[in-house]
Amino acid sequence: MAELTMAKALNLALHEAMAEDPTVLLLGQDVGQDEGVFRISEGLLKKFGADRVIDFPVAESAIAGVSVGMCLTGFKPIAEMQFSGFGYHAFHQVENHISRFRNRTRGRFTCPMVIRMPYGAGIRAIEHHSESREAIWAHLPGLKVVVPSGPRNARALLRASIFDPDPVMFYEPKACYRAFKEEVPDEPETMEIGKAQVVRTGSDVTIISYGASMRPVLEAADDLSLEHQVEADVIDLLSLSPMDTETIIASVKKTGRVVVVHEAPRTCGPAGEIIARIVEKALDFLEAPIARVTGYDLVMPYFNLERHYMPDPLKVVTAVRDVVSY
Amino acid sequence: MPRKQIELSNRVEYLNILDLEGNADAALDPKLDANELRKLFRAMLLARRYDERMLKLQRQGRIGTYGPALGQEAASLGPAYVLGKDDWMAPSFREPAGMLYRGWPMEKLILWWGGNETGSSTPTGVNDTPICVPVSSQCLYAAGIAWGCKLKGGKNVALGFVGDGGTSEGDFHEALNVAGAFQLPLVIVIQNNHWAISLPRQKQSAAQTLAQKAIAYGMNGLQVDGNDILAMVAATREAVEHARSGKGPMLIEAVTYRMGVHTTADDPKKYRTEEEVACWQPKDPLERFWKYLAKKKVMDEKAREALEAELAEQITAAVAKAEAYEPDITEPFRHSLAEMPPTLKEQFAEFQAYMDSSSRPDNGSAPSAHDPLMSRLH
Repeated sequence: MAELTMAKALNLALHEAMAEDPTVLLLGQDVGQDEGVFRISEGLLKKFGADRVIDFPVAESAIAGVSVGMCLTGFKPIAEMQFSGFGYHAFHQVENHISRFRNRTRGRFTCPMVIRMPYGAGIRAIEHHSESREAIWAHLPGLKVVVPSGPRNARALLRASIFDPDPVMFYEPKACYRAFKEEVPDEPETMEIGKAQVVRTGSDVTIISYGASMRPVLEAADDLSLEHQVEADVIDLLSLSPMDTETIIASVKKTGRVVVVHEAPRTCGPAGEIIARIVEKALDFLEAPIARVTGYDLVMPYFNLERHYMPDPLKVVTAVRDVVSY
Repeated sequence: MPRKQIELSNRVEYLNILDLEGNADAALDPKLDANELRKLFRAMLLARRYDERMLKLQRQGRIGTYGPALGQEAASLGPAYVLGKDDWMAPSFREPAGMLYRGWPMEKLILWWGGNETGSSTPTGVNDTPICVPVSSQCLYAAGIAWGCKLKGGKNVALGFVGDGGTSEGDFHEALNVAGAFQLPLVIVIQNNHWAISLPRQKQSAAQTLAQKAIAYGMNGLQVDGNDILAMVAATREAVEHARSGKGPMLIEAVTYRMGVHTTADDPKKYRTEEEVACWQPKDPLERFWKYLAKKKVMDEKAREALEAELAEQITAAVAKAEAYEPDITEPFRHSLAEMPPTLKEQFAEFQAYMDSSSRPDNGSAPSAHDPLMSRLH
């Protein structure tokens, strides 16, 4: 076991997958010589050469669309969008081709590819570099949306995404790239896409979150336990599409109280879907209205104000206390 | 500190082989043998008659909106004709001549226009992507296919079609840019049919030719008489060989004309004159080629009549086959992802329950006012 940051863990998963399968390719702006602006692709060009680690012109639609053609000829491309804020250029290729090829060709052509994008705030980046727009992608049928929260699950989920037979949008919480380390097993590890994890157990309240928001949520859960004698069941979704309803419902039936936390804007955000599922399947178990701690329906403030926009431990603790005392 | 003309290494040429009377330029004639010529004529005639039948089917409400390819048969067929079986073709939506030639069963095209995804499932043994609706987006996966072919070290090439309208889209430029930068074995054929629905070619771009757009991406552009099948064959043969031999991509502009409507949903009388359309009549690719064949005595009227009868029968059979097709209502669920995730399984069960429910209006018994649910609601 080695202690790795998420950046290193992702790099490890890329090394492993590329060594294991010669059809795995990485393409994107600055992924080769520069080893990625976040160094996620460190050492890959040297090891696998320019045919497999491709420094691509700045053209996100092309990065996505060319990957489709590579899939059709038997490759498994990993397309990197340098920041999710530039991934919108690729939106129509994802919607019109990547997510549809399997269905429209009735399985004759598929897109077993991964699109990696760093998302979210918290690193004092400039404009257009801090948004959380995972809901946009999770709305697209035929596409999976995976959001890791820590080094170990990032490595295991990236591996699962690369070898998944369907296209996966892999949303990387860049605030977590170097924020902390975790023990990561020496052997390649895989997690099933679409399964959530209960990362802390308690019977007073269920807190559901994913990605970068897991950090404030876990901090809040510690605080709630120590200061307020409230024990939270904390669910890390890990995948927004497909989403693990079963784990959510089992927890809600146990606690009867729910707080959903994410950085994305509230309206039509993932919390809305999570709450809808709870209402459909566990309404009778609810003891209180469900609370949402989310970003506001605002253009992401520039970094001087971003911390006020984002969920933080205090906002989570406050919401949980309201729900528990209802 | 000079200010001077930059000498560009790339060029744009124009190619025409067949005149309006069916005489070929002997020096440029690709000199296809009689069998090849008959094969080409058959494919062009089939596409023409298919197109005419599709328009009728649309008017009769037997398929959905249709986008005819009348007048563009040569621009579509020539490139398809020169491709090898293992090469790839990425059509847009006005390439039935090429698709039929490449081995797409006609009923699949009828099914596609009739609203059935099975028309998008490329037949086994055919290396083509399905009809692509979002204009120019296919140029990018064509470039990706070319890239894949190159990585595999083989000699296969990818050929993509785009319309004059599509050349305004970013994806067209992104595809040419990466194809040039990475020397991909890609050929892009622009079917310049002069109208993108109601926008004329002159307003699409101020460029004198669309072929010259190649120069910006470091490749040659060739403008071709797109209604001249011999020129289309010669031009794409050159481009495909160029790409196959590792010399990189090429751009071909086929100058043709959309004789009919953009689709059956629009009325071209609102934006173009009948005189303009009439000007293109003598350039009809099919009849021009016929004159050439007749002059060369490759086919006579009698042979053509026999062929016409045979193709009419083939088309009728394809229509019957398409109309006998019963779509499987569960298919969209089964092909959304490799495996249905739990949420989709749940939706599938809900859908099946609805389809099986006897109170569903088209299951025979419409809900009545005495339905207990209805009375609860009122």
